[in-house]
Amino acid sequence: MADDTTTPRADGGAGGAGGAGGAGERTVTMRLWRGDASGGDFVDYVLPAVEGEVVLDVVHRVQADLAPDLACRWNCKAGKCGSCSTEINGEPRLMCMTRMDTLPPDEVVTVAPMKTFPVLRDLVTDVSYNYEVAKRIPPFNPRPKTDDEVAAGGYRMQQIDVERSQEFRKCIECYLCQDVCHVIRDHEENKTAYAGPRFFARSAELEMHPLDATDRRELLQEEQGLNKCNITKCCTEVCPEHIKITDNAIIPLKERVVDARYDPVAWLGRKILRRTKGTAAEAAATAPAHGPAAVQPEVEVTGTPGPQHR
Amino acid sequence: MPEIESHDVDVVVIGAGGAGLRAAIEAKARGLRVALVCKSLLGKAHTVMAEGGAAAALGNVYPEDNWQVHFRDTMRGGKMLNNWRMAQLHAQEAPDRIRELEEWGALFDRTKDGLILQRDFGGHRYARLAHIGDRTGLELIRTLQQKAVADGVEVFMELKVLRLLHDDSGAVAGLVGYWRPSGSFVSFTTKAVVLATGGVGKSWKYTSNSWESTGDGHAMAVWAGADMIDMEAVQFHPTGMVWPLSVRGILVTEGVRGDGGVLRNAEGRRFMFDYIPPMFAAETADSEEEADKWYADHSAGRRPPELLPRDEVARSINSEVKAGRGSPHGGVFLDIASRRSAEDIRRRLPSMYHQFKELAGVDITVEAMEVGPTCHYIMGGVRVDADTTATTVPGLFAAGEVAGGMHGSNRLGGNSLSDLLVFGRRAGMGAADYVEGRSGSASVDRAAMEEVVRAATAPFERESGENPYDVQHDLQETMQSLVGIIRTGSELEEAMGKLEELEERAANVAVAGGPQYNPGWNLATDLPSMLTVSRCTTQGAIHRTESRGGHTRDDYPAPDAELGKVNFVQRVPAGGARSGGAVGTPSIRSITITPEPLPVMPDELQALFDEEAH
Repeated sequence: MADDTTTPRADGGAGGAGGAGGAGERTVTMRLWRGDASGGDFVDYVLPAVEGEVVLDVVHRVQADLAPDLACRWNCKAGKCGSCSTEINGEPRLMCMTRMDTLPPDEVVTVAPMKTFPVLRDLVTDVSYNYEVAKRIPPFNPRPKTDDEVAAGGYRMQQIDVERSQEFRKCIECYLCQDVCHVIRDHEENKTAYAGPRFFARSAELEMHPLDATDRRELLQEEQGLNKCNITKCCTEVCPEHIKITDNAIIPLKERVVDARYDPVAWLGRKILRRTKGTAAEAAATAPAHGPAAVQPEVEVTGTPGPQHR
Repeated sequence: MPEIESHDVDVVVIGAGGAGLRAAIEAKARGLRVALVCKSLLGKAHTVMAEGGAAAALGNVYPEDNWQVHFRDTMRGGKMLNNWRMAQLHAQEAPDRIRELEEWGALFDRTKDGLILQRDFGGHRYARLAHIGDRTGLELIRTLQQKAVADGVEVFMELKVLRLLHDDSGAVAGLVGYWRPSGSFVSFTTKAVVLATGGVGKSWKYTSNSWESTGDGHAMAVWAGADMIDMEAVQFHPTGMVWPLSVRGILVTEGVRGDGGVLRNAEGRRFMFDYIPPMFAAETADSEEEADKWYADHSAGRRPPELLPRDEVARSINSEVKAGRGSPHGGVFLDIASRRSAEDIRRRLPSMYHQFKELAGVDITVEAMEVGPTCHYIMGGVRVDADTTATTVPGLFAAGEVAGGMHGSNRLGGNSLSDLLVFGRRAGMGAADYVEGRSGSASVDRAAMEEVVRAATAPFERESGENPYDVQHDLQETMQSLVGIIRTGSELEEAMGKLEELEERAANVAVAGGPQYNPGWNLATDLPSMLTVSRCTTQGAIHRTESRGGHTRDDYPAPDAELGKVNFVQRVPAGGARSGGAVGTPSIRSITITPEPLPVMPDELQALFDEEAH
C-alpha cells in the first residue's frame, strides 16, 4: 500500500513499517480504516514514536499532522466515557486504554471501526441500535418507602445488597460487548429481537436492585432474546470495566427465567401466593403511552436457535 | 445555500451532562415539548468524569451537619465572591436532589445503618459527599439519562449548536447548528433555551477536560448579549496526573486525600503543613500526629492540611515544584500506599487503581502517584438569577458550569455535582414558567440563520488557509503559559495581543474533506467559542488586580478588600464589530468589562460568619 502511505511533515519522510526510521528515529505505522457506508480501505500513516502514548494519542497526532478530516469518536481519554471503541489489531478495545507499549513492537498497528455497527465514517460507527434497545427496557420501578425510611429521609439498603447491582452500574456503555457478541456480529437479522450483553447486564442490575419491583423475566425471554446467548463469554473478555457479564448477569438471568418458567414448585407457588413483583407487561401497561416501555420490537421473535459460536 | 432541517419546540436544552439532563427532566414533567441537544453521544458528557461525590448536608455520617454549615463552607471556599443566594439554595436543596436520584435508581455506597454514605473532601467541615466508589459522576449521569429516556425526552445527539437566534423583541427564539455525523444543518424555533454546556478547559494545554469543553455556551451567551461574571476565576485542580506525558492532566480524585492520602515533596516531607493560610489556621491541624487522628474521628483533631480548598493546595504544589523539590516529572508525590491497606485502596478508589495501573503502569497500592495542577473548572460564567437561572437575555437560562456566581472565586470539590442537580432542576422550572407565561409562537429571522450557515461552511471554500489544529495548538500554548495558574500583568497583556492575532488566524482557516464527521471542520467551528472565553478570562484577570481563589496574580499576591466586593461583568454591547470568523461572531475586541457590586447578603446569613470567627 505504498501509494497510500503518508508521512508527517516533521518526519521528513523517514519511514518503514513500524521499524526504525532511516534517520535513526523510531517510528510507528498506524493502519487506519478510511471510508464510509459506501466502502473504504486501510491507509497507512507513519509517525515518530513517542514514549508513553496510548493508541488514541497517535490517532490524534494523525489528525493534527496528516489527516485533519480523520473521523474518530472520543471524549474523556481516561476510560470513563466509553466513546473511543474500535477494533485494534482485530480486538475490540478502547483506544484511550490501549498503551502503545503493550502492542507488539515494530509491527503495524491496525485500527478498524467496530464491525457490528454500520460505519458512519472512518473509525466512527452508528451505534443508535443500542439507544433503541435502551428505550425498550422497562424503567426502574422502586417499591414504596417504609415508615422508618420516610422518617429517616431515604431508603435503607445494606452495602452488600447494593454491590451486586453496582457491578453492572460500572458499565461505561462502550458497546464493545455488543460489538463482539456473535448473535448480532454475524447475524444482522437478530438485532430486532436481541438486547445484547450490555442490556442483559442492565436488566440484571434492575432484577438485583434492592428496590426495583418489576419482574423482567418474561420480557427477557420473549422479546430480548436471552435464550440466544450461548455463554461463550466473549463479552466478559472485552469488557474494559472487567464486569463479569456472563457469570454475574447473563447466567443468573437465565436461571431466573428457567425458575420462573419451568420449575413446577415455583409455578404452583405463583398460582397460590401473591406475587411481589409486577411483570414487565404490567409495567408497560401503566407506562405513559409515549414512553419507551410501550415501544415494541418491530419483528417478532421467531424462536430460532442461537448461532454456533466459535 | 445548504438545506436547513427545522424543528419547533417549547424548550431546547443545550448540553446533556448533569445540568442539562436534570433541566430536561423538569421541563418535560411540565408537559412541554423539550429537545435535549448534545455534541456527543448521550451519556458521554463531562459529568461522567466526576469522581469523588456530590456534596449535600444529609447528616448521615455527622448529624451535626446542616445547610447553614454547607453554605458557610461554600462561601468561604469561594472567598466570599459567591452569589449568596445561589450558595444558599444549593446548600438547602442538595439533600433532596440526592435522595431523588436514589428514587430514580442510583445506588450510592451505604452507611452501616443502610443510609447514603458520605466522604470527606477539601473545604467541607463534615464528611458530606454522597458517592459510589470513585465513579460518582457516571452514576449520576446514567441515572439521569435513564430517567430522561423513560420520561420520553427527545434527544438530539452529536449535534453542534453554532449560534442562538433572536426574535424581533430581542428574546432568544431559536438556534442553528449541524449534525456532526452528516454535517447537515439544523435549526430550532423555541420559546426558551437552557444553556448547560459545561466548561472551557480545552483552551489550556494541560486539562482534565475533554474535547467538548470549548465554552460553546459561555460564548453563545456573550454573542447573544448576556452578561458574564468572574471569568478570570479558573480552577486548577491540584492533583492531575503528570506522567506519562500523554495522560498529563487526567484527574486524580480528591477522594484520595479524603481517604487518607498525603502530599509529599522529593524529600519525603508532608509539605502542606508549611502552607496553611491564616483564614483556615484555626481549623487545620499543625502536626502530622493531630492530622492523622482526624480521619477516624473528626472530634479528635483538626483537619489535615491536604484537605484545604483546591486553590490553596494547587498553589502550594506549584511553589514546591518551583523551589526544586518536585518529583522527577515536575509534580509532587501523592501517597496513599503507605497509609491504607491495598484492599482498602482497591475498594474505595477502584477507578484510580485501574487508571494508574493501565495508563501509567503504576500500582497505587504500592507506589506513590506523581501529581500536579491541571486546568479543571471555570467558576465564572453567565450571570443568572439565582431562583430561576434566567440570564440577562429574555428566554435564555443557564445552569451548571456555564453559569457563574455559585462558586465565587473557587469551587469546593463535590459542589459541582450538587450544583448540577439543584440548578439544573431550577433551570427546567425557570424555563417552563417563562414558556407558560408567554403567548404566541417563536419566530426567527431566516437571513440571520443563513448568515451563520454561510460563515460555518466558509472554511470548505477557502483554497488556501491554515489548519485549525495549528490555531488550537497555539491558543493552548498561549493560555497555558500566559494565563495559567500564576498570572502577571505584563503576560496577561501579551496574551490579549496574541488572542487578537489568533482570532484573525481562526477567521481564515481552511479544512479538507467533506462535512460528514469531520473533526477538522468541527474544530474550526469550535475555535470562535474557545477564543471568546479565553479573551474573557484574560481580560478579567487583567482587571482583578488581586489574588483571590482560583485567580492568582504574582504582581498582586494579596486579596484586596475593595475588589472582594465586586464582580467583573463582561458583555458585548449591541452593534459590536464582527470578526467574520467561522461562526460570523462578534469580535473578541468588542467585549467590555465593568466592576459591579456583589449582591448584598441578608443579615441573618451574614451572622453565620460573624458567630463563626475561627
